[in-house]
Amino acid sequence: MFRPTDTAAAAAVEFTWEGRALAGREGDTVAAALLGAGIAATRAHPLDGAPRGPYCLMGTCFECLVEIDGRPNRQACQVRLAPGMQVARQRGVRP
Amino acid sequence: MSDAIVIGGGMVGAAIAWGLLRQGLAVTVLDGSDEAQRAARANFGLVWVQSKGDGLPEYAHWTREGAALWPGFQDILAGETGISSGFSAPGGLHLCMSEEELQGRRDLRARMHNIDGPEAFDMQILDRAEVADLLPGIGPDVVGASLCAQDGHASPQGLLLALHRGILKQGGRILPCEEAVAIRRTAGVWEVQTARGRHAAPTLVLAAGTGNLALGRMVGMEIPVSGLKGQILVTERTGPRLALPTHKVRQTEAGTLLLGDSKEPEAGSDDRSSGAVIADIAARSLRMFPWLSEVNLVRAWGGIRTMTPDSFPVYEAREDLPGLFAANCHSGVTLAAVHALKLAPMIAAGALAPGIAPLSSRRFDVPTD
Repeated sequence: MFRPTDTAAAAAVEFTWEGRALAGREGDTVAAALLGAGIAATRAHPLDGAPRGPYCLMGTCFECLVEIDGRPNRQACQVRLAPGMQVARQRGVRP
Repeated sequence: MSDAIVIGGGMVGAAIAWGLLRQGLAVTVLDGSDEAQRAARANFGLVWVQSKGDGLPEYAHWTREGAALWPGFQDILAGETGISSGFSAPGGLHLCMSEEELQGRRDLRARMHNIDGPEAFDMQILDRAEVADLLPGIGPDVVGASLCAQDGHASPQGLLLALHRGILKQGGRILPCEEAVAIRRTAGVWEVQTARGRHAAPTLVLAAGTGNLALGRMVGMEIPVSGLKGQILVTERTGPRLALPTHKVRQTEAGTLLLGDSKEPEAGSDDRSSGAVIADIAARSLRMFPWLSEVNLVRAWGGIRTMTPDSFPVYEAREDLPGLFAANCHSGVTLAAVHALKLAPMIAAGALAPGIAPLSSRRFDVPTD
């Protein structure tokens, strides 16, 4: 669905999504890497269960919440992708 | 022509308009624009009894009656609109961070018991261990609290949306961007001139919050209202953390934690949030609940709330201005039920009941000689 507009070569950054190995590009945010990998729904809304995913990409809408390395409710669009990151769907509210 | 015009579509105006429709009146609400100062947006959402009416027993009565009406009010509104106002009344805590503050609550309790006795006011003073039983994870500086069984909280957004839907469902009209520019009375009918047109009705209710100062002057009435800026913070949603609301921190039904609030009378009409106040509110909240340090803050915002010289509501009805009423209060959520189910029927009947006569602004007209 999404393709990088910058077609220059970029180093791959490996990470996992729900335990599955994926790769983004160096410089990506977590949200950009997920969208680039075709993952649009990154959480279920805690009240009605509706699928939600990255939307504003600038830190405002809080739609892109994911769990990163065990920490809940991180804004995927505000976190730079790092090698080995374990990213998972945000399930419900944090405890 | 409508039977009644309500100027103001916020928490106070909407509750009164909804109540007037239930009395069978045809109602038009003249609302402001998106730029209007809207106290309903800055409401913390408490339905709070324990501090209300200290120094004015009729206000204590009014608040207690309003809290008691809330469950039935929410049921009617939800049945009509399908929208929850998020009301629950598990009791509420005023956390005390010093022995002096706790003594102040003991003194308040004694004074409030002088109004109709202890049966009408269910407040206990809790020591630190008793507070910790109710709210695990309180900070070391919490020395105790007052717990009032009549306190609760609601969702200001849900309530306002439900009132607006309920007004429309009952056939009322809500007209946005209709700021009044002139008001006059002709042949027994009130005429309101707005930038967009002219509206007329035999009954006119001024419920525009801080806007009532200017509206009152259009009919020669001095309504002593001013703006009081308040800022609020909200966190991400968490699982259940707080079983009952406190006067400064509460968990909403959606799981977010609301942290309040500031009181900034000097702010004028500037409703922006500011870093220093956000830091103050966060620091105070952390003293109460240190575990908040792990919880992400999501947003902060400010609003201009309505205040009167003694903080009590002002309800006006004057013999020389028949059919005209004015309503102002700081606690639009606490009083929503009593505005809808008691004040509105009084307005529909054409006169305020003697029980709330002491809540008119005549209380400020004290002879000075």
